[in-house]
Amino acid sequence: MHSASKERGAADFLLSGNGVKSAPGLFGEAENSCIEPKISARGVNFYYGPKRALKDINMDFSPRLITAIIGPSGCGKSTFIRLLNRMNELVPGTRLEGEILLDGLDIVAPVCDVAELRKRVGMVFQKPNPFPKSIFENVAYGLEINGSLARRAIEEKVEDSLKKAALWDEVKDRLRESALGLSGGQQQRLCIARCLAVEPEVILFDEPCASLDPISTAKIEELILTLKKTYTIVIVTHNMQQAARVSDRTAFFLMGELIEYGGTGMIFKAPHDRRTEDYITGRFG
Amino acid sequence: MTKRELIQKTGFTLLAMCMAANIVFLGLIIFFIASKGLSIISWEFLTQAPVDAMTRGGIAPAIVGTLYLTLGAVLIALPLGAACAIYLTEYSPKGWTVNLIRISVNNLAGVPSVVFGLFGLAIFVKKAGFGVSMLSGSLTLGILALPVIISASQEALIAVPQSIREASLALGATRWETIHRVVLPAALPGILTGVILSVGRVAGETAPILFTAAAFYMKGYPDSVLSEVMALPYHIYALMTEGTHPEIQTQIAYGSSLVLLALVLSVSMLAIFIRQRYRRGYNA
Repeated sequence: MHSASKERGAADFLLSGNGVKSAPGLFGEAENSCIEPKISARGVNFYYGPKRALKDINMDFSPRLITAIIGPSGCGKSTFIRLLNRMNELVPGTRLEGEILLDGLDIVAPVCDVAELRKRVGMVFQKPNPFPKSIFENVAYGLEINGSLARRAIEEKVEDSLKKAALWDEVKDRLRESALGLSGGQQQRLCIARCLAVEPEVILFDEPCASLDPISTAKIEELILTLKKTYTIVIVTHNMQQAARVSDRTAFFLMGELIEYGGTGMIFKAPHDRRTEDYITGRFG
Repeated sequence: MTKRELIQKTGFTLLAMCMAANIVFLGLIIFFIASKGLSIISWEFLTQAPVDAMTRGGIAPAIVGTLYLTLGAVLIALPLGAACAIYLTEYSPKGWTVNLIRISVNNLAGVPSVVFGLFGLAIFVKKAGFGVSMLSGSLTLGILALPVIISASQEALIAVPQSIREASLALGATRWETIHRVVLPAALPGILTGVILSVGRVAGETAPILFTAAAFYMKGYPDSVLSEVMALPYHIYALMTEGTHPEIQTQIAYGSSLVLLALVLSVSMLAIFIRQRYRRGYNA
């Protein structure tokens, strides 16, 4: 995290020093495209067996921004986000073409250590999936497998992560109880805490509120907005209001293609593509 | 009452009757064995070796022998079976080889136990040179228990939701870490169910130990894994088919059956207790 803030400082310096900030987007959303992208997808094609699920995707994700990916069911948005931490490798019979760069390094290359990659690129899933372990053990898990932290350091880190995930006050008196006793919304925040504990640089949210009630959803959204200060965030969502509420940039996928990508305000208020407009105005989807 | 309600009521009544029949049979068996065998059970019966051509004394060596053989069989079959199940469900590429292995395992479960006995005699007693011994008997019983433990473990592993495997991998865990820190603990209750089933089967088997481990009579307890042992099922068989005092022997046989029944039930209880403890987190 130290290095992240240093990076940011450098970027701010560059921006102010040279005054090369690109013209702000139509509706004033943060466009800092002169910063190196955190993640870039270049010419990505993805196949389930013979079926081509993603068609020639080129997309950059800027650091410390929230990028939302929207689109109807089966458009490939979940498939795409799961490529960014190589989760799709678990599905047999799949094939990837193209390259995906994290800080300029190809994560698809065989030399890339997938466990290391997943420490840097965390993921929160559609359905809360806590381990059938205690609340404490759930958050400590990533720390225990990844390093040789002393018990005391682990305890501190667990507390810190639960605080960042806005869950500490609700669970501090029952850390030893099963995580499965928590409500759905609490479980999802626990999964976020678990992800934060390993100090990722990027967090991928795959429809994180799909199974939650509106109040839990609001809490998660609020949380995602606070995380933006530190992390690069990509969120896949079915909920267009959600994309509009939380994201800085929005990408619209349709049938495996990236149709339109730009500032969230622009996508929702003045989309260039007819299909984007039809989707966000509810004409299909 | 409408016709649909009537059908439903009839259906549930039938199910309840079938369930009752099960309990009745179980109760009858326990009642029958207990009524014939309870009178002979005493402290001496449980703690002494048989004397006077097995017409007096107790059955202690047979109790201890059965415990040893069962424990040995589980110690052999549990790690082997669990490892096999883990390989098949977590590691091996899906395809016809895995299906072939799965079919073989299921067929193994159908092999008559006396065939296992002959196999044990040929391989462990003769070829490996363990002789008629606890080791040979435990190995034979262990192989007999393998299919039960493998299929129960496979079921248990498959039942672990894919989502928590993904959760672990997404945190940077390797597949191995995921298996031994997340998947196995979650599957343990199911694997223990397999152990319970196999204990019940192994403790009561006669044929597999007939040629490989069982002694007709021993004064004391076995002193090494290479010594012969008495075992309850074989002791019951011997009492009913040999000897010269059928009346008293029959009574001892019923007493021994009761002890065997109690032994299997208490081992099962223990395993159920352990399973409940591990399951705590899951159904909370």
